[in-house]
Amino acid sequence: MYLLARLFFYTYVFIMANHVFAQDIETNDINSLRSAIDQLKQDYDTRIQELENRLAAAEQEVRQATVAVTNTPISSGLRSSGNSAFNPAIGIIFEGLAWNHDKDPDTYFIPGFPLGGEAGPVPEGMSLGETEIDISANVDDKFTAFLTTPIVIEDGDVHLEVEEAWIETTALPAGFSARFGRFFSDIGYLNNKHAHSWDFVDQPLNYQVFLGNQYIDDGIQLRWLAPTDLYLELGGELLRGDRYPTRGATHSGFGSRTIYGRAGGDVGDSHSWLAGVSYLRGGNSDRSSGNEDTPIFFSGDTDLVITNFIWKWSPYGNWQEKNFVFQTEYIFRNEQGEYTLPDNQVLAYDADQSGWYVQGIYQPFPRWRFGMRYDQLSADNLGPLFNNTQLQPQDNKPERFSFMVDWSNSEFSRFRLQLTQDESGLDSSTQFGLQYLHSIGAHGSHSF
Amino acid sequence: MKYLIYLTFLIALPLVAQADLRIFSCEPEWAALADEIGRDKVITYSATTARQDPHFIQARPSLIAQVRRADIVICSGAQLEIGWLPKLLSKANNPGVQPGNPGHFVASSFVKKLQIPTSVDRSQGDVHPEGNPHVQTNPHNITLIAHALAERMQQLDSSNAENYANGLNDFLNRWHNAIIRWEQRGAALKGKKIITHHKSWLYLEEWLGMVEVANLEAIPGIPPSVSYLSELATQFSNGGADYIIRTPYQDSKPSLWLSERSGIPMLVLPLTIGGTDKVTDLFSMFDDIIEQLLGMQ
Repeated sequence: MYLLARLFFYTYVFIMANHVFAQDIETNDINSLRSAIDQLKQDYDTRIQELENRLAAAEQEVRQATVAVTNTPISSGLRSSGNSAFNPAIGIIFEGLAWNHDKDPDTYFIPGFPLGGEAGPVPEGMSLGETEIDISANVDDKFTAFLTTPIVIEDGDVHLEVEEAWIETTALPAGFSARFGRFFSDIGYLNNKHAHSWDFVDQPLNYQVFLGNQYIDDGIQLRWLAPTDLYLELGGELLRGDRYPTRGATHSGFGSRTIYGRAGGDVGDSHSWLAGVSYLRGGNSDRSSGNEDTPIFFSGDTDLVITNFIWKWSPYGNWQEKNFVFQTEYIFRNEQGEYTLPDNQVLAYDADQSGWYVQGIYQPFPRWRFGMRYDQLSADNLGPLFNNTQLQPQDNKPERFSFMVDWSNSEFSRFRLQLTQDESGLDSSTQFGLQYLHSIGAHGSHSF
Repeated sequence: MKYLIYLTFLIALPLVAQADLRIFSCEPEWAALADEIGRDKVITYSATTARQDPHFIQARPSLIAQVRRADIVICSGAQLEIGWLPKLLSKANNPGVQPGNPGHFVASSFVKKLQIPTSVDRSQGDVHPEGNPHVQTNPHNITLIAHALAERMQQLDSSNAENYANGLNDFLNRWHNAIIRWEQRGAALKGKKIITHHKSWLYLEEWLGMVEVANLEAIPGIPPSVSYLSELATQFSNGGADYIIRTPYQDSKPSLWLSERSGIPMLVLPLTIGGTDKVTDLFSMFDDIIEQLLGMQ
């Protein structure tokens, strides 16, 4: 448009010039006229250039304005991207398995390591595992709440359990946070992992024996995170002490306490690690363990130390494509007190026991993972008094080898095949089975 | 006693060095934007790199440690980071960056999102109820987010408000000129048909007027299957598309395979900073996207 205007203008100037000065044909007049016209032309050129610039600027402004109008912010930006509005986020986990033992699981026990709590052999045949409902939301600006209720079928009765129900602070200063209610203790690495995020169908032997699969109790937890590039967390818990490996809510219901510390970091883009040490001290009053029909009871103190180390690798940190996880945990337990045996005989007991596992899970390409685990236990001979009791360990160490393959269609569905060569009981046994783990509802997030 | 003094200094050191605004960015593009606006008054940290799929990140200890000290957390949002960011926030014990606070900045909430589903069901794959989160591929979105981010940075660090205002102005001046340049260069791309690995480029397509004719993933978030790729190979055996596009973190095999079968050229475009060797900031990111697309003509 401005080109046209410019052309029009020049033409106009020339026509006007010719018209006005047509009669005047003297050479110097023409020359002076030329310079006058040139001057005019230059003048108008500058002005037109200015106009063009202003037009371009105006166009740009209009363009931005249009973008701003069509893309009007749809919120203040303070709105979070969480998946709950006022309704809490709800997720449901479905789990089930088909499992084959070549020995009777009912008579299974590990000599020297009577099982307590939730621990025990995987049920034989087809069974529905834990169907778990997770509910969580912020309470207000300072607290958040979490509830896990497994739907449990026991002897044909269906009931809801409160597995976890806790409140956590979100606004404490200086790197502190507190949690209270019922929760998985933060000791060790596997202890606070929900069953659906385990890499194998069952927990390793040391968790089964020393923690009854997982130590969960009622109480309060305090955590502090250091303001450093190195991840450094310190925590402690004061708990009721009424769940395996503690029992009876001793010390007026403050029967158990833990402290723990963990550190972690990255090595380049591809590697990361986490290491931790935890300590638990708990009191016991008539804690039952061992065979369901002929249980034995322990009263006394439990001291437990866990060290753990986890190394994760994935090329360039692109987890989805390929990854490998190395994981190991060592648990040491000392118990001092007395055992009451089924025949009401009472034996003074002071024993050191330990156990560890090491596992590796490899995902060579999306969807498929392959894993191996070795776990074992060891304990000292308790002397002739304990012969022919459940508490006397065998000469050979209880150990197992497990292999697993799992396939995930998406983040929300997984099928797993596992084979375990079990040398922990009186005779060796081979077990294998298929497990499914599915989740619906709110998109969960998993810790390291 | 001497050691006690040293120890006190050691503990106090991070507090003294805290003068600048510490920025934790979920993706490199927001760290780059914060650098443009904040200049030397910010310390930026990006949780992910261009080689990583930001939807699948481990809630690593190193990330928790960074969130612990951050003054502001900047993320794309729209559930892109839902598998790991909530864990970082709950573990980091930092009240200022929790959702709802000024230190929690959700970039995608300042732009008009595309592909907001009318119904949400997981049978459609890993759909995002709030819309497509990859908003950074339209430079006009960056403009809007820059305004909002500068405002937020001023709110959090009012003593340097002028620095952020100047940083924003300086950035926007260069950005507007760059947009004009890209739009002139990119005009030739209007109507081009593209096949993408995942729906990562919706905003770029809308901006340049390109047409997405297929995805290599039959369902979002589920890796391309052999049977679906064969279907695509048949469908596009005689051309029918101008480019096959993937990001650096997406598996190269499906796009290479289809490119070989169909003869349609394959491009690896930067979805963020560092996506290709040439991409060192937001400007070179769009330069590279446009020039790569034009270079294939």
